[in-house]
Amino acid sequence: MSRGLAHQVALIARRSIVRTFRQPGTWIPPLLFPLMLMAVNSNGLRAATHLPGFPTRSFLAFFLPFSFLQGALFASGIAGTDLARDIDTGFLNRLALTPVRGSALLLGQIGGAVGLGALQACVYLGVGLAAGVHIDAGLPGALLILVLAVLIATGWGTLGLWLALRTGSGEGVQSQFPLLFFATFISSMNLPRNLIEVTWFRDIATVNPVSYMIEGLRSLVIVGWDAQALLLGFGFALALIACSLLLATRQLKVRMTRT
Amino acid sequence: MSRSDKGIHAEGLVRRFKDVEAVAGIDLEIRPGEIYGFLGPNGAGKSTTVHMLTTLLPPTAGRASVAGFDVASEGPKVRAAIGAALQEAALDPFLTGREHLRLQASLHGIAGRRRDELIEALLERVGLAQAGSRKVRTYSGGMKRRLDLALALIHDPSTLFLDEPTTGLDPQSRTALWDEVARLAREEGVTVFLTTQYLEEADVLADRVGIIDHGRIVAEGTPARLKAEIGKPTVEVVPERPDELDRLRDLLRRFGSETAARPGGYAVQLDGHGDLPAVIRALDVEELRAAEINLHQPTLDDVFLAKTGRTLEGADEA
Repeated sequence: MSRGLAHQVALIARRSIVRTFRQPGTWIPPLLFPLMLMAVNSNGLRAATHLPGFPTRSFLAFFLPFSFLQGALFASGIAGTDLARDIDTGFLNRLALTPVRGSALLLGQIGGAVGLGALQACVYLGVGLAAGVHIDAGLPGALLILVLAVLIATGWGTLGLWLALRTGSGEGVQSQFPLLFFATFISSMNLPRNLIEVTWFRDIATVNPVSYMIEGLRSLVIVGWDAQALLLGFGFALALIACSLLLATRQLKVRMTRT
Repeated sequence: MSRSDKGIHAEGLVRRFKDVEAVAGIDLEIRPGEIYGFLGPNGAGKSTTVHMLTTLLPPTAGRASVAGFDVASEGPKVRAAIGAALQEAALDPFLTGREHLRLQASLHGIAGRRRDELIEALLERVGLAQAGSRKVRTYSGGMKRRLDLALALIHDPSTLFLDEPTTGLDPQSRTALWDEVARLAREEGVTVFLTTQYLEEADVLADRVGIIDHGRIVAEGTPARLKAEIGKPTVEVVPERPDELDRLRDLLRRFGSETAARPGGYAVQLDGHGDLPAVIRALDVEELRAAEINLHQPTLDDVFLAKTGRTLEGADEA
C-alpha cells in the first residue's frame, strides 16, 4: 500500500470509527446482546456438557466463541447501515469529489467495523475470563482469538458494505441481516457437529463456513493448539474477507461512476 | 479577475437512464468568473447536468470541459479545479464542522498549519467560527448550507457548482449565502454554476440564466434580456364597486390582452397601445373609481411560461 493510499485509508477509517462510537445507541445494544445470549445459553444449555463426547465441562467456554461471531455480525450491520446513509445523504458523492481513491474509501469504511470488532472481542474475552473461562492456548492463544475475531469482523463488515453499495439504503441492508443471522444459527454454535443428531442440520452445519470460524476460535479456548481448526478458521475468515472485498469493490464501481 | 481563463463548455451533452433521456443534448458556454443560473423545475435535468459537469456521472453522448479539462477523460483534474455543494447538504451529523473541514482538506492533500489556518479562516468567513466544534446534527439548515459552501471552497477551486444551495433556507440565511456567492465571483473571480428553482435567486445572482425543461435548454440570456424579450408589463385593476367590473373590462381591453387577475379584479398585458398613466387617465375620463391598481413587471416565471407554456411553480407535476 502506497503512503498516499495509506493516508487516505487512515483518514476515512478515523471518520468511520469516530462516527460509529459517537452513536452509542447503535453499538452498545449489539455489544450487550451477545453477552446476554452467552449468559442465558451457558446456564440453560449447561446439561449439554454431560453428553458423551462433549469436549469440555464448561458450556460457557464452549459458547464464548459464538459471541465473537455474533458481535461481528452486528458490526457488519452497523458498517453497512452507515455506508448506506452516506449514499443516501450524498456524503459518498462528497468524498467522490475529492482525490480519494475508491480502494481507500472501501478500506477506510471497513475501519469502523474493525474498530467495533476489536472492542467487542476485548469485551467478550474479558467477560469470559472474568466468568472463569480458562483459555487452553494461554496468553498467545488469547491474543490469537482477538486477531481471528477482528478478521471475522472485517469479513462480515465488508459484506455489510457490499450490501450497502448494492442496495443503497439502510432498509436494504437491514432486510438482508436476518438471513446472515440465520446462517450463524445453522452452525456448530450450540453443539459440536459430531453430536448433532438431526442429519440435515448436521449436513448444513458441516458446509457452513460459520461453523469453522467458530471452531477455530473455540479450539483455542477448549483444546489448545489445534492446527487444523485454526487453519480452517483463519482460512474461512480470510476467504470471507477476500470474497466480500471483491464483491464490494465491483459494486463500488457501479455505485461510484465518476470519470 | 478570474482565476482560470477557461470557464465551462458543453456541446450536445446527453445523459440517458435506460429509456429516459434526462439531459437531451445541451450546449453551454460559460465565461470564467461568470455566475450562471440554471433554472428549471424538479426533474428538468438540472442535477443530472451538474453531476456530469462535476464528473460524478459520465455523459452518454456529447462533450464538456470545466476549467479547461474534459469531464469524461480528465476527471481527477476537473475535480481538483472545482468545488461543489450538491443538493441537500451532504454532511455527517456525528462529526463537527471543524472535523468535516479537516477531513476534506486532508483528502485534498492540504496538511499541517496551512490546513488549520485555512479551516479557521473559512469558518470565520461563513460565520461558523463559534459553532465549528459542535456536531453538525445541532446545526440549523442555514448553518449546514454555509458549512457545505466552506467545504466546497477548502481547496481554493476556480469553479464552483451549487446545486439548489438555498432550498429550505430562511430569507436571512438565503441572503447571506447570496452575498457570499456574489463576493466569490466578483472579488475572487470564481466561476459559479448555480442551479435553482427560485426565480428570485437567479434574478438577483446570475449574470446569465439558462432555463432547462425536459432536458433541453429552452431559453438563455441575461435575466433582463430574457424578460425584455417576452415581457410587457401587466396592469391589474380592482374596481371600487364590484358592479363596475364589466365596464372596467371593456376599458382595459383597449390597452392589451386579458391575463390572470385576482377575484374581483381584471388584468391585461399591455400591448403597446398605452402605458400605466394612459390607463389611469382613461379610468378618470370614464369616472371609474379603482380600489387598487397594480403594475406587474415581467418575471422569469413569465419567461418560463412563454417558453414552455407552463409556470415554473406548476411545472413539477407536468
